[in-house]
Amino acid sequence: MKIELLVNGERRDADVWPGESLLFALRERLGLPGSKNACEQGECGSCSVLLDGTLVCACLVLAAQADGHEVVTVEALADGGRLHRVQQAFVEAGAVQCGFCTPGLVVAAANLLNRISEPTDDEIREALSGNLCRCTGYAKIFDAVRLAASLA
Amino acid sequence: MGVPATAPGRRLEHGRVGETVPRLDGIPKVTGEFAYSSDLFAAGMLWGHTVRSPHAHAAIRAIEISEALASPGVHAVLTHDDVPGKKLYGLEFADQPVLAIERVRYFGEPVALVAAEHPEQARRAAEKVRVEYEPFEPVTDPERALEQEDLHPERPTEEAGYYDDPRPNVVRTIVIRHGDPDTEADVSVSGYYELGSQDQAFLGPESGLAVPDGEGGVDVYVATQWLHVDRAQVAPCLGLRDEQVRIHLAGVGGAFGGREDLSMQIHGALLALHTARPVKIVYSREESFVGHVHRHSARIWMEHRARRDGRLVCVRARILLDGGAYASSTTAVTSNAASFACGPYAVENALVEATSVYTNNPPCGAMRGFGAVQVCFAHEAQMDKLARELGLDPVELRLRNALAPGDVMPNGQRVTGSLPVAEVIERCAALRVPDPEELPRDPIRLPGGSGNVTRGEGVKRGVGFAIGFKNVCYSHGFDDYCSARVRLFPNADGALAAEVHCAAAEVGQGVTNVLAQVARTELEIANVVLAPHTTASVDSAGSSSASRMTWMASGALQAACRAAREELARRGGSLASGQEIDVERVYRHPQTWPLDPDTGKVKGERAHVAFICSAMRAVVEVDSELGLTRVVWIGTAQDVGKALNPQAVEGQIEGGTAQGLGLALMEEIQTRGGLITNASFTDYLIPTALDMPPLAIELVEEPEPDAPYGAKGVGEPPTVVATAAIAAALRDATGRELARVPVRPDDLVGLTDGRA
Repeated sequence: MKIELLVNGERRDADVWPGESLLFALRERLGLPGSKNACEQGECGSCSVLLDGTLVCACLVLAAQADGHEVVTVEALADGGRLHRVQQAFVEAGAVQCGFCTPGLVVAAANLLNRISEPTDDEIREALSGNLCRCTGYAKIFDAVRLAASLA
Repeated sequence: MGVPATAPGRRLEHGRVGETVPRLDGIPKVTGEFAYSSDLFAAGMLWGHTVRSPHAHAAIRAIEISEALASPGVHAVLTHDDVPGKKLYGLEFADQPVLAIERVRYFGEPVALVAAEHPEQARRAAEKVRVEYEPFEPVTDPERALEQEDLHPERPTEEAGYYDDPRPNVVRTIVIRHGDPDTEADVSVSGYYELGSQDQAFLGPESGLAVPDGEGGVDVYVATQWLHVDRAQVAPCLGLRDEQVRIHLAGVGGAFGGREDLSMQIHGALLALHTARPVKIVYSREESFVGHVHRHSARIWMEHRARRDGRLVCVRARILLDGGAYASSTTAVTSNAASFACGPYAVENALVEATSVYTNNPPCGAMRGFGAVQVCFAHEAQMDKLARELGLDPVELRLRNALAPGDVMPNGQRVTGSLPVAEVIERCAALRVPDPEELPRDPIRLPGGSGNVTRGEGVKRGVGFAIGFKNVCYSHGFDDYCSARVRLFPNADGALAAEVHCAAAEVGQGVTNVLAQVARTELEIANVVLAPHTTASVDSAGSSSASRMTWMASGALQAACRAAREELARRGGSLASGQEIDVERVYRHPQTWPLDPDTGKVKGERAHVAFICSAMRAVVEVDSELGLTRVVWIGTAQDVGKALNPQAVEGQIEGGTAQGLGLALMEEIQTRGGLITNASFTDYLIPTALDMPPLAIELVEEPEPDAPYGAKGVGEPPTVVATAAIAAALRDATGRELARVPVRPDDLVGLTDGRA
């Protein structure tokens, strides 16, 4: 089936199988592999994207459901060559190791700072508790979010 | 073809050895540009899918592929008949079929392969491969396995120079006799301990892309820990020469030991060569749980005998490891468990018996800590028991027995070099433990968290302490080396630039940064570029395992850089346009020797190259009504030799601690009759942002004399000690024995007054 959606500000169409997830369509049909395929059952947050401004797991949304809607992925966070402050902070704070969870965490953290400009430590932990990371133990991810908040 | 290089080829602006340097791959990873093994794409690419056994143990009577082959979009369906070369492979012993032949020995064992145009077509066709099984009673109890039918009657590990144990299903038995193991002492404590099997649970599932070269060879882009050992296994099974198989490192989404063994490498290459099309294989999370080996579950019996003053006199340990269906690295995990069974303590008499067995449970092999995790949980529980028996402070007891250079370990190795056990104990013990938080408080800072299940009533606090150690680098006579190549050439502007080739697998730990730091330090030039990690342009780097890669890669690259500088000096200190210097050097760490199969004693000067130790204190709270827990705070001091990149070292300690916390509290591969019942992140839980406490970290820097820059590995010690430290804190909070991890809520509930 044909779908048409606004992805990262650009109108795109794709010919998808009706059972395909939005994650598969983004990664395999639209050339946007930044959103990651770690569990594909909504447990790990590695595929976090914004669907009409709401943080969702792209693996739990059918591509067909996104027809006519707006999607923002990690690829659109940086402004041209200029990193989003959350991205900059992740690099500086050492919040990246293998990096497979990073795109999802960066999108989730940016969404958090949009909602709460100066989150407390508990608010950061709760907001990111849907994003699994196996490498870092989260400590430097918390550092990165605090640093990003201070860069506003 | 659009296979992106994973080494970003960016120039480094700063950062020498010893400085905190932001990750070289940090920017592509935060922007989503970094190409992981599941992100690869090639024109005309097909999708591969693996047909897997639904049984833990069965005979295969027939495989019928015609219906699958006729399904829409399908280009190939392959079985063991289509494996052109050797039918068996393995990391250390070739005991595992590329595709099952007459028998399956574990749940999820690969039986057939499908390639189709869309992954869903491949999945649906896979369901149409008809395999006729005759199920057998699975061997699932590692103790009973020693009396049951031999799952590998050919006994693949028999000729490896190990102790000759005639019992069925033995992978390896080690008996270490040290001093007089019958020596008695003033007091004795004993215990029986169990650990469940842990999953590496790296976030990037097994995946890769195999591309036929049109001349009979193949390129495989894959997430792995050791490119050259992959090639050594892949090429013979394809019936190809080594140089016809090129393995390239695709972006690795975590490893932790789980990518030492092959996953899709041979399968993808078979499909690609058969169809003459690029083939991509990406495991689902469920498939990933059967797609790699796990940490060995263990049963451990220990007795500690000591004098009244706390000095250990004799340790007796029996260790049983469940190796699962195939050997993988089980023999080395067994020797590590035996080596470190007595902990980082000096003891003059010991009897250590370690046995690993084949069963029809999921295969086990390498995971961070590699045998040391299991025994640390046991010996630290024993030391706390002993402290209680003697009325001694647990930290003081550990200090009185701390292993130090000059001491002889039970395997006969005299400790040399750096091993600051007493110092890590003292530095950790000196960290200030935070005061209990007052009530009422936000439920997110109580056991049960945002579940909001308590206001603090019934919540008990406990504090635990543990120390542990393990080896750095490969041991027991393994001829371990690392190669690195550096090319010096003048840039367009005439300034010298360097290109570094090393096959050291970047698995997230940051070895690419280390390489760049070493090159900048040794060459004293700014323009350093890393070439892609591949078997095509440089010799083996060995494995990103055993906390060895920083040490080994630093050694090799340091030697290559120094040789390049000498050559440059011979040429007058500069290179004209078009000239270059290209040198490759191999680094070997000090030699090690195997254990004598009869005595368990090392046959030469050392069994292990060097050691790393760590101490950890954990504070927990337990809701004794619900059995829920909260780890409040962790303080740790770790022996690192020399921190080459302090921020990255801290990251290893924090992440390694999280994995130890997971094993203490929540992580276990659950099986029933050998079948995994929790193969998802819904049912197999790993620590989230809400589970991790703040960490206080002390780096103990006592340079290792044999290591380049004095740097030891850092990845494993936190995982070795964290499980033991958290279990100790839970015991302190509840008064319960808690001899099995992961500790379940059922183990903690029902306390009457907090000290049941």
